Amino acid sequence: MENLIEITVTVNGTEYHRTVEPRMLLSDFLRHELNLTGTHVGCEHGVCGSCTILFDGDPVRSCLMFAVQANGHTLETVEGLGTPDAMHPLQNAFREKHALQCGFCTPGFLMSLKPFLEQNPNPSRDEIREALSGNLCRCTGYENMVDAVALAAEEMRNG
Amino acid sequence: MKPAPFEYHAPATVEQALELLATHGYDAKILAGGQSLIPTMNFRLAQPAILIDMNNIPALRYIEPTPAGGVRIGAMTRYQTAERSPLIAERAPLVAEALPHIAHPQIRTRGTMGGAIAHADPAAELPAVCVALGARFKLRRGTQERWIAAEDFFVGLFTTLLEPDELLLEIELPPLPARSAWAFTEVARRHGDYALVGVAAGITLDDAGNCADVRLSFLSVGDRAVLAHNAIAALKGHPPTAETIAHAAAIAAADDIAPNADIHASVDYRRHLAKTLAQRALTQAAERASAG
Ligand SMILES: Cc1cc2nc3c(=O)[nH]c(=O)nc-3n(C[C@H](O)[C@H](O)[C@H](O)COP(=O)(O)OP(=O)(O)OC[C@H]3O[C@@H](n4cnc5c(N)ncnc54)[C@H](O)[C@@H]3O)c2cc1C
Ligand code: FES
Ligand code: FES
Repeated sequence: MENLIEITVTVNGTEYHRTVEPRMLLSDFLRHELNLTGTHVGCEHGVCGSCTILFDGDPVRSCLMFAVQANGHTLETVEGLGTPDAMHPLQNAFREKHALQCGFCTPGFLMSLKPFLEQNPNPSRDEIREALSGNLCRCTGYENMVDAVALAAEEMRNG
Repeated sequence: MKPAPFEYHAPATVEQALELLATHGYDAKILAGGQSLIPTMNFRLAQPAILIDMNNIPALRYIEPTPAGGVRIGAMTRYQTAERSPLIAERAPLVAEALPHIAHPQIRTRGTMGGAIAHADPAAELPAVCVALGARFKLRRGTQERWIAAEDFFVGLFTTLLEPDELLLEIELPPLPARSAWAFTEVARRHGDYALVGVAAGITLDDAGNCADVRLSFLSVGDRAVLAHNAIAALKGHPPTAETIAHAAAIAAADDIAPNADIHASVDYRRHLAKTLAQRALTQAAERASAG
């Protein structure tokens, strides 16, 4: 009954070929097959948001997709966002504004916020709160995150 | 947890999907956006032997005007697409108003309009909205096609008239009557959570300013989306004043719904919410209808 399926997936600009079981979740594929462990797994039912990645540019829960469904598609994970030497404005702003403590939730927040800021370069604090509402953080409280997103938006607008 | 093993098919056409369903029927499950099905598979509450993934069928993703002035929506249209559609904003403002209440943006990028209808969660927004609008659904099984009115389609908790080898293909929204207006409102503990109670309301005014037609539906107040027949009958023919609306809302909460208690809310609290929210939604719809 088990059928193995060959897939080709582009993640952060690199093309990967792998053979997977259909039941492998996209989150597990990224972590265990590609060793991209920046994508975290909290709940595996779509609630916490820590597994959020970009799928053809849109934020999705990677725990609510199968790896086979990514065949032929383009993904972006937190590893593609920036490097320690050249961080994304969101990453800089999260550090600057103390918008993380343990950091477990951070990759999911960042990947949700990247497309949000691209589509809303000048968001109000209420819009920022709404954008944060699909991700859970158990450490920091969200106030510093709102500050961080506002700062990142400003930096991105100023180029 | 992880899903149990299954055999995976990703047909490219509706015909191929229907053939697979005809062969595998009871053993197979349709995978639409997966935002309800995959969590239940991860918990192993669902262990389908065969999964038929509809995501490679572009022919099921469309939002088009009907000649009558309504909208037809392909089953695999994602919430996000509908949310951004100018045609839905113009011809189905109630849908546009309800969509942002469904889950979170990251769920709406994958979740589908058809999936929400087929899943028939009594706490879901879209079934109640479709019942309020008098939508109908196109189903197909083999070569047999049938249309079912939204109000008849939902028959119980997560249960619809869909046969195991039948596909939901399209949601058709009728044209809106002249001088009609709509409103949607709900209460949830946190933004994006399933609502404790939600209400969709519509009012059509006649030349004298009386309610020529009233539509009122609820979510999260029983085992399915509910059309509030008694409240509708009470308001129809009357001018939408604060008194007539309060009266109709009280009837809805007392006679039209049979809410359950759960860890989120008691029966009394749900009835209280139903009354208050119905009052708000009807008032807003009436204001919008008389404004324009
Ligand atoms: C964290 C979270 C919060 C959520 N909050 C809300 C909320 O507030 N309100 C809300 O309404 N929903 C909510 N949802 C559910 C979401 O809206 C689902 O996307 C939706 O209920 C099902 O749509 P889907 O396309 O994902 O369907 P799937 O999960 O793929 O399928 C659901 C069911 O419908 C069947 N099915 C799907 N399409 C068809 C078809 N065309 N023909 C026949 N059968 C079909 C499937 O076989 C399956 O049984 C939430 C989900 C999550 C993960
Ligand atoms: S792990 Fe995917 S949403 Fe929690
Ligand atoms: S920083 Fe620890 S969960 Fe968010």
